[in-house]
Amino acid sequence: MIGSLDPKIPGGPLANKWTNHKDHSRLISPNNRRKFEIIIVGSGLAGGSAAATLGELGYRVKCFCYQDSPRRAHSIAAQGGINAAKNYQNDGDSVYRLFYDTIKGGDFRSREANVYRLAEVSGNIIDQCVAQGVPFAREYSGYLANRSFGGAQVSRTFYARGQTGQQLLLGCYQALCRQIAAGTVQMFPQTEMLDLVVVDGHAKGIVTRNLRTGKIDNHSGDAVVLATGGYGNVFYLSTNARGCNVTATYRAYKKGALFANPCFTQIHPTCIPHSGEYQSKLTLMSESLRNDGRVWVPKRKEDCAKSPNEIPESGRDYYLERKYPSYGNLSPRDISSRAAKEVCDEGRGVGPGGRGVYLDFTDAIERLAGENAYDIPMRIYPAVHYTMGGLWVDYNLMSNVPGLFVIGEANFSDHGANRLGASALMQGLADGYFVLPYTLPNYLAAHIGKRPPTDHPEFRKAETEVRAKTDKLLKIDGNCSLDSIHRELGMLLWDKCGMARNKAGLEEALGKIPELRTRFWREVRVPGENEDFNQSLERAGRVADFLEFAELMCIDALTRDESCGAHFREEHQTSEGEALRDDENFATVFAWQFQGNGEIARPKLHREPLHFETVHLTQRSYK
Amino acid sequence: MNFRLRVWRQKDRQSVGKLVEYEAPDIPAAASFLEMLDIVNERLLLRGEDPIAFDSDCREGICGTCALTINGEAHGPDHPGAACELYMRKFQDGDTITIEPFRVRCFPVIKDLVIDRSALDRIVQAGGFISARTGSAPEANSIPIAKPDVDLAMEAAACIGCGACAAACPNGSAMLFTAAKVSHLAQLPQGDPERGRRVLKMVRTMDGEGFGNCTNTYECEAVCPAEISASFIAKLNREYARASLRRSAGE
Repeated sequence: MIGSLDPKIPGGPLANKWTNHKDHSRLISPNNRRKFEIIIVGSGLAGGSAAATLGELGYRVKCFCYQDSPRRAHSIAAQGGINAAKNYQNDGDSVYRLFYDTIKGGDFRSREANVYRLAEVSGNIIDQCVAQGVPFAREYSGYLANRSFGGAQVSRTFYARGQTGQQLLLGCYQALCRQIAAGTVQMFPQTEMLDLVVVDGHAKGIVTRNLRTGKIDNHSGDAVVLATGGYGNVFYLSTNARGCNVTATYRAYKKGALFANPCFTQIHPTCIPHSGEYQSKLTLMSESLRNDGRVWVPKRKEDCAKSPNEIPESGRDYYLERKYPSYGNLSPRDISSRAAKEVCDEGRGVGPGGRGVYLDFTDAIERLAGENAYDIPMRIYPAVHYTMGGLWVDYNLMSNVPGLFVIGEANFSDHGANRLGASALMQGLADGYFVLPYTLPNYLAAHIGKRPPTDHPEFRKAETEVRAKTDKLLKIDGNCSLDSIHRELGMLLWDKCGMARNKAGLEEALGKIPELRTRFWREVRVPGENEDFNQSLERAGRVADFLEFAELMCIDALTRDESCGAHFREEHQTSEGEALRDDENFATVFAWQFQGNGEIARPKLHREPLHFETVHLTQRSYK
Repeated sequence: MNFRLRVWRQKDRQSVGKLVEYEAPDIPAAASFLEMLDIVNERLLLRGEDPIAFDSDCREGICGTCALTINGEAHGPDHPGAACELYMRKFQDGDTITIEPFRVRCFPVIKDLVIDRSALDRIVQAGGFISARTGSAPEANSIPIAKPDVDLAMEAAACIGCGACAAACPNGSAMLFTAAKVSHLAQLPQGDPERGRRVLKMVRTMDGEGFGNCTNTYECEAVCPAEISASFIAKLNREYARASLRRSAGE
């Protein structure tokens, strides 16, 4: 099934690739579209926009989400904004600049053609959202307003207060609701995908569990689209919602889909520091605050215990402004997070455990922190936020398993080794509104009438495996909580595969993860039964997958023997402590193939070399 | 801190539920309310008892998943904010805390503190959208919208769809929820073409689901985590009257 990794990038000059590709992709006529059933897993910005758009086009869509309503998908929590190369500010922005900033921000580890396309459709997204009634901020003139975000020297970010993700998702949810009412989209809330069904090498269905009743069902389709978000919760504590998980993508990986660059995980610099073991999640303060705020720590270790108001201006080290004068507090996330870690490692961190830096700004967050941010600057610390890695896809957003498409955060394609702020919303909506609706028909046109019945032996087999796994979880009968093992996994990854990694640490983690997995399958207790609303069982399945997936992350991090973007291998740094890439050996995507039947064997590595025809690879500088 | 909890336990929609008492000792004051429930659940699990089912997801007040009535108040005593934004330091050591699901006829209990709010989705499906086919949009800046209008639309659009308004209302009315969506879209020029149809269909669906009517008690506004103003209900009534009149006049 796995050939050479061909990204299927269209020919021609960079700026014309997408247009040429669209012009020569196969189409499906309106009266034939209803003959196709499309399965979409996930209802966030990527899945919701894809479901609404494909429904409008006349396909029959089945959309699944684990939440009780598609409006609650985690895209809703995005705060700051969405980038688009509109150049409304007349400050020199263009499609090329957005493309360049994104590819540079990703430390030259993403595909030129994909990123260019993303920048190219970014303006259409804003048009579409405004037409849907998304209340973007406006100037007194009535025209749209912009703000600035990390990694850019132009103001290209559109926003709706601090609730941009919510408003974009509601726009997309409302479009989805319209299709649900029209009968083109059938919505399955509180339903989790537990396996991918592959028939004759093509993705043709999924096995799901109804989270309310426990009922296991088979759904067959002409294509399967995964829009299931990222895997940040592998770290236990992250800014992700509690339910976010790797299960859909990981189980597709076990069915043959390649997992690309799993070690590329983004640590966001401005979160509220954590306070105790009971803590269930971390809360993000929008990056947009950094353009008003100034980040600092005391210059002298002795001042760290003092109240910040007692430290005079001359005693403060505005380290981002000092180290990166041109970008300052708006340096990209990987760089800002690492700089925070560095000053804390020097012993100049503030707050409990010395794991915090000050962000001075005058917006009250009294309730969250229990401190009044008017009186004293708030303490912030980096936290896991987004995952750039994901299932490998080609230019058409199709994985190596034909018929399996992966969109949004769930794929790996656009952000390289580090994502810039306000680009996740852009990518989710680009994929769902403007890319997949063009690339999916090209596949479907060649596979009309190939949808198998749900009693096909492959469905039976997958269903039997799902049931067996559920039974196995319920029978563990230990006396230890899921959270305690998940928390241990999270701490291990944070230490060894977090903001900084090294060979010895990764090898240590690779030794410990299998032990944790063994303990999980021996010691946890999963109460209740399958035929029930059983939250423990739901979580157990997800934690089991995290315990396998963590190993893949560490193997990837160990194999990528260079530093790039968010992947900082301590062995590879410049004299100034910046990430030192090795373009000769690692300007390539690592895509991993699952090996082994049941037992986890070392995955097989496939490479997709990255060809840069337009940009020159440079040492990333934000000075 | 130490608490005594009285928690609503109900096996499923058909079963009869009841309040069950639990001790919750040694709870950190800095823990959120939902983290307190996590701690209690972890202890129940280790004692071999069934954990309390409750729903939550983002845990930062934006997804609208958590739906708890705490000491008789939707989302608890710390308004405005969802239950996930409530911290234990808000309570006194030794307090007895009663935890129930949102009590609305149209939100049946699935299990313990988890409810079915699909009625709210059906209200939006009835017309809570602007029919803008993907690809059909004009250039975004071609429609200037006065800042006060868009700011007001944003106030209404901030609704997180949690359903606390209906839970707090003595009539079990979802009018604040419906009003927020109707007002958001009616406030904008893009929403104008479908303005009349939208409000009529949404109100008909809301009534059909069995939600009650507004009698101006303002409980909804008091508990709304997104601080949606009850004045939007007046706007809803005005929009409804306008659409009804225009329809009866044959427009």
